[in-house]
Amino acid sequence: MRPATLGSRTRRHVLRWTALAYLLAILVGPLAMVFWRTFENGYDAAWSALTTPETVQAFKLTLLITAIAVPLNTVFGVVCALAIVRRDFPGKGLLNAFVDLPLALSPVVVGLSLFLLYGREGWFGGWLEEHDIQVLFALPAMVLATVFVSLPFVCREVVPTLREIGDEQEQAARTLGASGWQTLRRITLPAIRWAIVYGVVLTTARCLGEYGAVAVVSGRIQGQTETATLRVEERYDSFDVQGAYAISLVLALLAVLVLIAMTVFQRKEETA
Amino acid sequence: MSSIETLGRARPVRIPRETATALSLGFVVAFLSVVVALPMAALIWESTKEGSAGFWEVVTSPQSLAALKLSFGVSLVIAVINGITGTLIAWVLVRDEFRGKRVVNAIIDLPFALPTIVAGLVLLALYGPSSPIGVDVAFSRTAIVLALLFVTLPFVVRTVQPVLHELDREMEQAARSLGASEATIFRRIVLPNILPGILSGVALAFARAVGEIGSLVIISGSLPYKTEVASVYILSRVESGDRAGAAAIAVVLLVSSFLVILGIGVVRRLTTRHDVAQARA
Repeated sequence: MRPATLGSRTRRHVLRWTALAYLLAILVGPLAMVFWRTFENGYDAAWSALTTPETVQAFKLTLLITAIAVPLNTVFGVVCALAIVRRDFPGKGLLNAFVDLPLALSPVVVGLSLFLLYGREGWFGGWLEEHDIQVLFALPAMVLATVFVSLPFVCREVVPTLREIGDEQEQAARTLGASGWQTLRRITLPAIRWAIVYGVVLTTARCLGEYGAVAVVSGRIQGQTETATLRVEERYDSFDVQGAYAISLVLALLAVLVLIAMTVFQRKEETA
Repeated sequence: MSSIETLGRARPVRIPRETATALSLGFVVAFLSVVVALPMAALIWESTKEGSAGFWEVVTSPQSLAALKLSFGVSLVIAVINGITGTLIAWVLVRDEFRGKRVVNAIIDLPFALPTIVAGLVLLALYGPSSPIGVDVAFSRTAIVLALLFVTLPFVVRTVQPVLHELDREMEQAARSLGASEATIFRRIVLPNILPGILSGVALAFARAVGEIGSLVIISGSLPYKTEVASVYILSRVESGDRAGAAAIAVVLLVSSFLVILGIGVVRRLTTRHDVAQARA
C-alpha cells in the first residue's frame, strides 16, 4: 500500500502559492511601495524633486558613462567570446576566470583597486599628477569602474550561442574564399546578433545601476561626479526622502524597460 | 587564380588566420589587463606593503573580523534559503500552469535590472520605520537578510529552470508507476539531476551576497559590530583614509570570489563529464 499523500492538486497549489507569496514579500511588494511613496505628496512634488539641476546633471552623467561603457564592453565581449570558443590558446582557463571575476567580486573592491592604482599615492598617481591628468574623482575612473563591473555580460551571452551554432557555416564560407572579416560580418555576427543584443541590455542595466564601485572612485562631487544612484543616497542622507524616491522611481522604470527588452530579446534568441 | 583577380573589385587585404588570432587575443588580453588585472595587482600590492603580520593584524582587528563574520555568515544563510526558494520557484515556473505565469517569469529578473541602491530604498519603504504593514526591521540583521534575498533571487531560479525544463519526465513516470512516492521521486530522480544547477546558482548567490553593498548602505544602518558588512566596512575605511586596512579586507573578498569561481568551474566540469558518461552508456 502506498502511504496516503496529499492530493496532487493540493500539493501543486501549496507549492504555487508559497512561491508567489515569497515573490510578493521579497520583490513585488517593495517595488509597489516606491510608486506609492513617490506620489504620496502629489505629482508636482515628485516632478520638482526630479528637475533640480543637480539631479538632472546626475542622470546625464549616468547616461554618459553608460554610453561609453556599453560599446566598449560589447566589442570586448564579442571578440572575447570568439577567442574563447573558436580559438585555441594556452591559458584559456585563466582568461575565463578573469572574465567571470566581476560577477563574483564586490564592486567596492573594484572601486578600491582603481583608487589604489590611480590615486595620488598609487602606481600611476605621480605620473598623472605631473601631467595634470585627472583620472580619480573624474569621468575616466568612473568609466573604468563601470566597464569592470559590467564586463562579463555580452561575453557570457555570446559564448553558448557560438557553441550552439557550430563553425560549419564559417568553414564553408572560408572554403569558398571569404576572408575572415567577411565571414565574421556575413555569417557569424548575424547568427549571434540576438545574443549580443541580450548581452547589451544586461550590460546597460548594470551600468545604469552601478553604485559600489563608482561610490569609491567618484568623490561624489555634487553636480559634477554624482551619478543617479549616488544621488539617491545623497538625497536620502539629506533627509529629502521624496527626492530619493523620485529618482528611484525613474531608475525603477528604466529597470522595467530593461526587463521588457530582456523578455522580448530572449524570445527572439530562442526562436532564432 | 586569374579568374578571381579579374572580378575587378579590390579584394580586402587577407589577414592570415594566425595573425587574426594573435590580434584578437592581444586585444582581449590588453583590455582585461587595463580593466581587471592592473587594478587587482595594485590592490594586492597595497595589501602586502605592511607584510604578512600587518595584513593579519588588520584582518583580525575586532571590527573587521566582526564585519567579515557577518558578511560570510549572512551569505551562508542566504545561500541556503536561495537553494530552497529558488528551486521551489523554478519548479513552479516549469511544472505548474497558471494565469500570469509569463509575467511572474519575467519579473524574476527584476533584481538584475533594478539598481541595488533603489532595491535598498524600496525595501526600507515596505519594511522600515514608516512601513504600511507595521513591520519595522530597518537597521537590523533581518533587514540585511531581506535585502540580500532580494538581490540574489534570480540566481538559483535561472540556473535550475533550464535543467528542469530539459529533464526527461519518463523516468519520473516510471518511478511513479513502480509505486514511488512524490517525495522519493523528487529526492532520488529530480534532485540529483538539478543539483549541479542548484549548486552553481547557490555559489553565485553566495558570492553576490558577500560582495553586496548598494542595497545595504541605506537599510542596514552600517552599525559597527552589528550590521556593518565587509563591503560597507571597506568603504568606510577608504573614506577615513585607511588604505592598507581597506586593501587587506578587500583581498579577503577577492580570494573568496576566486574560490567561488573555481568551485563553479569544478561543478560544471563534473557535470559535463557526467553527461558524457551518460551519453556513452
